[in-house]
Amino acid sequence: MSELAMDTQIDRSAMKVSDEVAIEIRNMNKWYGQFHVLRDINLTVNRGERIVIAGPSGSGKSTLIRCINRLEEHQAGQIIVDGTELTSDLKNIDKIRSEVGMCFQHFNLFPHLTILENCTLAPIWVRKVPKKEAEETAMHFLEKVKIPDQALKYPGQLSGGQQQRVAIARSLCMKPRIMLFDEPTSALDPEMIKEVLDTMIELAQEGMTMLCVTHEMGFARQVANRVIFMDQGQIVEQNEPEEFFNNPRSERTKLFLSQILGH
Amino acid sequence: MSDTHAETVSYVRETMLPQQEPPASTVGPVGWAKTNLFSGWFNTVLSVLSGIFILWLAYRLLPWIISPTWQATSLNECREIIGALNKPHGGACWGVISERWKQLMFGFYPPEHYWRPVLSLILLLVALGPLLFRHLVPAKVIYFSMLYPFIAAWLLWGGTIWNPIVAILGFVIIALSLKFLTSVLNPALALIIGVLLAVIWWVALAGPVAGGLSAVLPIGIEAIASRQFGGFMLSITIGVTAILCSLPIGILLALGRQSDLLLVKAMCVGFIEFIRGVPLITLLFVASVLLNIFLPPGTNFDIILRVIIMVTLFASAYMAEVVRGGLAALPKGQYEGADSLGLDYWQSQRLIIMPQALKISIPGIVSTFIGVFKDTTLVSIISMFDPIGLSNAIRADTAWNGVYWELFIFIGLVFFIFCFSMSRYSMYLERRLQTGHR
Ligand SMILES: Nc1ncnc2c1ncn2[C@@H]1O[C@H](COP(=O)(O)OP(=O)(O)O)[C@@H](O)[C@H]1O
Ligand SMILES: [Mg+2]
Repeated sequence: MSELAMDTQIDRSAMKVSDEVAIEIRNMNKWYGQFHVLRDINLTVNRGERIVIAGPSGSGKSTLIRCINRLEEHQAGQIIVDGTELTSDLKNIDKIRSEVGMCFQHFNLFPHLTILENCTLAPIWVRKVPKKEAEETAMHFLEKVKIPDQALKYPGQLSGGQQQRVAIARSLCMKPRIMLFDEPTSALDPEMIKEVLDTMIELAQEGMTMLCVTHEMGFARQVANRVIFMDQGQIVEQNEPEEFFNNPRSERTKLFLSQILGH
Repeated sequence: MSDTHAETVSYVRETMLPQQEPPASTVGPVGWAKTNLFSGWFNTVLSVLSGIFILWLAYRLLPWIISPTWQATSLNECREIIGALNKPHGGACWGVISERWKQLMFGFYPPEHYWRPVLSLILLLVALGPLLFRHLVPAKVIYFSMLYPFIAAWLLWGGTIWNPIVAILGFVIIALSLKFLTSVLNPALALIIGVLLAVIWWVALAGPVAGGLSAVLPIGIEAIASRQFGGFMLSITIGVTAILCSLPIGILLALGRQSDLLLVKAMCVGFIEFIRGVPLITLLFVASVLLNIFLPPGTNFDIILRVIIMVTLFASAYMAEVVRGGLAALPKGQYEGADSLGLDYWQSQRLIIMPQALKISIPGIVSTFIGVFKDTTLVSIISMFDPIGLSNAIRADTAWNGVYWELFIFIGLVFFIFCFSMSRYSMYLERRLQTGHR
């Protein structure tokens, strides 16, 4: 895949991994009806980690990260986010969702609200932040993703790359401690991928804990501290990016890398 | 073409073309007529034929409509006036409208109290302001809108001021139970419990409480019985109430139909399918005749209220299906976007899902509104005096025996004005809510 963002100088100094555990997943299993989609997942994510999850289509990557904010329900095992275990308790779920930001492949912006309203909605209604303060925060993050001048437009009037950056800003407005990305650049035209990746790199440089499902291997090499390879609902291999790309150990990983890197 | 090197394969444009005016024949009235009326021989023939038909219709109708019979006090008098004019096709007898239009508007409502329905109608327009023209009307007016139903009911029926106040308390009960129960219970269950409590209050407690209070503090205006309601005032009372209630009930039914709770879902589906499978007339007969059999003897359950309930239930079932169509058209990502931000169920419904689902459903919703408003004329069958019922009553008067067209044209015209406004409003709303292509 494209070696993007190579021109950006990456400052790894702030990308420190602390000992504090952000997400802990223990023996987690999930089924869709009879179909065993996630099998015995064990994963500990420390604060400040940037994890890239790769794997063939249908291997359960989306399902895994969607379990972390309970967009999907797991049936066995434990998921503990920021010390709170995900159970069917609605209060815990809403609490975790407000602490964990998520960006989707298709952005999922609210088309009937302006960019600014998209960004202030959750802070105002969930965090009960006064409107004016929420708008200031929103403008701050919109400047960060470099589209403050679009604040009063509607999502339908923006390009895909701009929409995805708004989606990132919208999540950031909730001041999340963890960000989940589910193929954030897969629906974008090639010339827009870079602008979104740059935003994500900047986020990583500020020490955000990130889990990214992505096929952008250049991004994985530069930003990730760990790459996880999934196949058939299981974690097959995980390693530091250099090792992962240069010395893949499992046959499945080798096959996958040869398909995705070797054109 | 020589300056653009068209003969060579590699090509570089050297001069950029300036913007030019469109050809004169495509703009202005001539251009308009050309593209809209006379494009091709077939359209030209159709345009000419339609033009001739419209002229012929006007030629036949106008002399009938323009008829100096506004002062006539009976059909015979009309005939004398028209006979004296010696018109070939006769003329309309407008005397019946000028004599009876007040009755067509207010039925048998006492004339000295006409100001009450008129005031209610004016206040209705104020109350609808924040709902219909949100960006033009101050947001605070919405509090008046919420009180309006009680004010209007009190103005129309009169009686003690305590009746509307105890009725409002029922809604306060629902609001309180929603507020305090959603944190511990499923939102649908909380709503059901709230509604049950409110119904208990309205049925068992509200009446005696209002009676007691009015004995202590008798404030009120002259009471007017439902029998005296009639004409467009009756249609509007039934129609507007049913329209305004059916939308929220329809939304709840549509949401219930999507619920994970099997019982809630089954009840909603059962209700919707039952109501949609039965003609409105049957429901009205149930309201007028059968309900008395089931109610304990001696209970005085107002006939207009019974009809309003039936028409509302009928409209709600249709509304639920229209709203469900809007919900189905929303991509799943909208729910996930709302969930991922930590919005709870009612917040995401109110802020994300419904604004979009309702916007998609506007044409269907307004069609249902228009249908309900026109269906109110069916109450003439259970001998209530809506405009159609009144037109029969007017003909029963010997002075006007035999007048059909004039009454129906008048009634039709008034209905048309209401329904056409609703339809235009819906188009305006669709345009205003347009937020760029998705
Ligand atoms: N809602 C669902 N119901 C049933 N099967 C599903 C559902 N969502 C995903 N799946 C299946 O689960 C598997 C994993 O899906 P997903 O996590 O989306 O994979 P990935 O993101 O790695 O491409 C796929 O085989 C998919 O068909
Ligand atoms: Mg996926």
